Amino acid sequence: MSLLEIKNLHATVAGREILKGIDLTVNAGEVHAIMGPNGSGKSTLAQVLAGRDLYKVTAGEIIYDGKDLLALSPEDRAREGIFMAFQYPVEIPGVSNLYFLKAALNTIRKHQNLPDLDAMDFLALVKEKMALMEMEQALLSRPVNTGFSGGEKKRNEIFQMAVLEPKLAILDETDSGLDIDALKIVANGVNSLRGPTRAMIVVTHYQRLLNYIVPDFVHVLAEGRIVKSGGKELALELEETGYVGIEEAVESA
Amino acid sequence: MDRENRVSTSANTIETYANQEYKWGFVSDIAADAIPAGLNEDVIRLISHKKNEPEFMLEWRLKAYRHWLTMKEPEWANVHYPPIDYQKIVYYAAPKTNVDRPKSLDEVDPELLRTYEKLGIPLQERELLAGVAVDAVFDSVSVATTFKGKLGEMGIIFCSFSEAVHDHPDLIKKYLGTVVPSSDNFFAALNSAVFSDGSFCYVPKGVRCPMELSTYFRINAMNTGQFERTLIIADEGAYVSYLEGCTAPMRDTNQLHAAVVELVALDNAQIKYSTVQNWYPGDKQGRGGIYNFVTKRGACRGVNSKISWTQVETGSAITWKYPSCLLIGDNSVGEFYSVALTNHYQQADTGTKMIHIGKNTTSTIVSKGISAGHGQNTYRGAVKILKSASHARNYSQCDSMLLGDKCGAHTFPYLEVKNTSSQVEHEASTSKIGEDQIFYCRQRGISTEDAVSMIVHGFCKEVFRELPMEFAVEAQKLLGVSLEGSVG
Repeated sequence: MSLLEIKNLHATVAGREILKGIDLTVNAGEVHAIMGPNGSGKSTLAQVLAGRDLYKVTAGEIIYDGKDLLALSPEDRAREGIFMAFQYPVEIPGVSNLYFLKAALNTIRKHQNLPDLDAMDFLALVKEKMALMEMEQALLSRPVNTGFSGGEKKRNEIFQMAVLEPKLAILDETDSGLDIDALKIVANGVNSLRGPTRAMIVVTHYQRLLNYIVPDFVHVLAEGRIVKSGGKELALELEETGYVGIEEAVESA
Repeated sequence: MDRENRVSTSANTIETYANQEYKWGFVSDIAADAIPAGLNEDVIRLISHKKNEPEFMLEWRLKAYRHWLTMKEPEWANVHYPPIDYQKIVYYAAPKTNVDRPKSLDEVDPELLRTYEKLGIPLQERELLAGVAVDAVFDSVSVATTFKGKLGEMGIIFCSFSEAVHDHPDLIKKYLGTVVPSSDNFFAALNSAVFSDGSFCYVPKGVRCPMELSTYFRINAMNTGQFERTLIIADEGAYVSYLEGCTAPMRDTNQLHAAVVELVALDNAQIKYSTVQNWYPGDKQGRGGIYNFVTKRGACRGVNSKISWTQVETGSAITWKYPSCLLIGDNSVGEFYSVALTNHYQQADTGTKMIHIGKNTTSTIVSKGISAGHGQNTYRGAVKILKSASHARNYSQCDSMLLGDKCGAHTFPYLEVKNTSSQVEHEASTSKIGEDQIFYCRQRGISTEDAVSMIVHGFCKEVFRELPMEFAVEAQKLLGVSLEGSVG
């Protein structure tokens, strides 16, 4: 059974249809890249999977781990193992990164009938994952994303992902705003989290990220539909032709 | 500088932020010994007589009353309410238990004890809890005072105001009305005329009060205005931390509460005054609820003295309150840390006044206003640095947080600096709990309610850390309860 199955998904925002029939199957262990021009619906797809209620699903279904995903609240989706690395991580002044992450982890553990991690074990876990992301420990006591640089925010997202160990990770334009060094660190962190029980959906505009996070499958989204799917070489092809070329090829086909 | 910020939010999910019923609304059934409604000199004489007061006290009350008659109710605050009919208010009520005062908790009306239990503050536990002496004010008269013996050994006087009038008239004569004169303002004058009871504390020279002194206020008899009077004196080199907290039962009619608190700190003395206020705020439509018109002021009379006000205001329909510091002694320090939350139709106009008179005086103001539902939250603060206050310093920070799009936050800072050697800093911010913040938390598995609570606590952290530990826990709990069901 596949981990995620999206069938004929239609979604609107403020009455405008953005997703116009998406079909996508993701199995555990796979990394899927979703590419496409601005406005193609990439981020909408990510947000719909996470349960953002600004987006209304008007048709179709999503089966995740055997469950009707659309019937679950965003927090229950998170507790069931869906993690989204935000394109624009939100600042929460006054709430320390450490406190926030511990609250998140223990809520998820509770859902899995696991006991709370005590302070010592939690700290040990956190330190291990921070080293992975080459993050300074001072970031732990700082308020969530507050005053973080763009790169620090993105690293913090992947760090959270490393701690929360999701089954399905959705990376929404994680490469945007990163310089090449930060990009490598982030990609490195993501790659270390790849494994047979975890799937990833990497949403990106640029092929660049996929040099470092090499996907198993690439899908091109245009005007709310997946217009082309292929292996990792499709990303390189896009680099050559640009999205315009792909769209034209699809239209003439 | 006179500035106003009006802001409202527009996040849709947060629209329904306003569904929490007052959890602690109930009326306990203790027969009250009340006098009829209305106010005149005879009523004042009756109050004074019932309390068996010495002549000087009656004269003081009457003088205040005569002055009050010449005064007009203030209208400058950013709060709106129907006119108060002062002749419809009952100015004195005492529980029957006052007739023969209980010597110990065993003699206290069990109904009263149950009332405290419902509030989650069982006296027995409080008594046992390390370091907290409780002077419980139930409707106007103190019915239980604990730890008095231990404090007495150190020369600390901690008793009801009525007792102090009898047992320590010299201290009362020396200090009463010296910080808040009976003619100070309309509500202070009214309080001076009719005050029922309250707390008195005197910490002698060089004594550090070893426990947090604590009073739980509660308004109970129907239609009874509550007029508390508190006077705290820290003599040279003394230290005292005082906690004031309250909740009130649910009722229909508006209740006036006009308390006066006076603090006096002499040379090198320090007073820390912390309040958690949770009076009945009215129902979801804004009906009922307490009118809280309070005058709180502290005088740093001595050199190097310090007064800190910390308040967490979540209750009352209307709050009108400006705990202030008169920084008279050289090097004296005034602090004001405040969290004010308005939900439903609550209105709060609160802030502080820091009057710098002595040299090298410093003051710090940290105000956090949270507005939800249709709540209106106003910060009003005055920093006045007189010519004599050379090298004075002030730092003010006023932050507002909005939940939903029907509430409001307003800031009115007044700064007046009369010399050139002083430094004044003012920072202000307005933020809202965004849907994006809540979604971010939910995407990490945290429920909406926990997310709001977490974000609000983060916002208030600088104030909470000024509260004594056990009070901070209570304040956080209260804030959580006040905000429950408010989002999405």
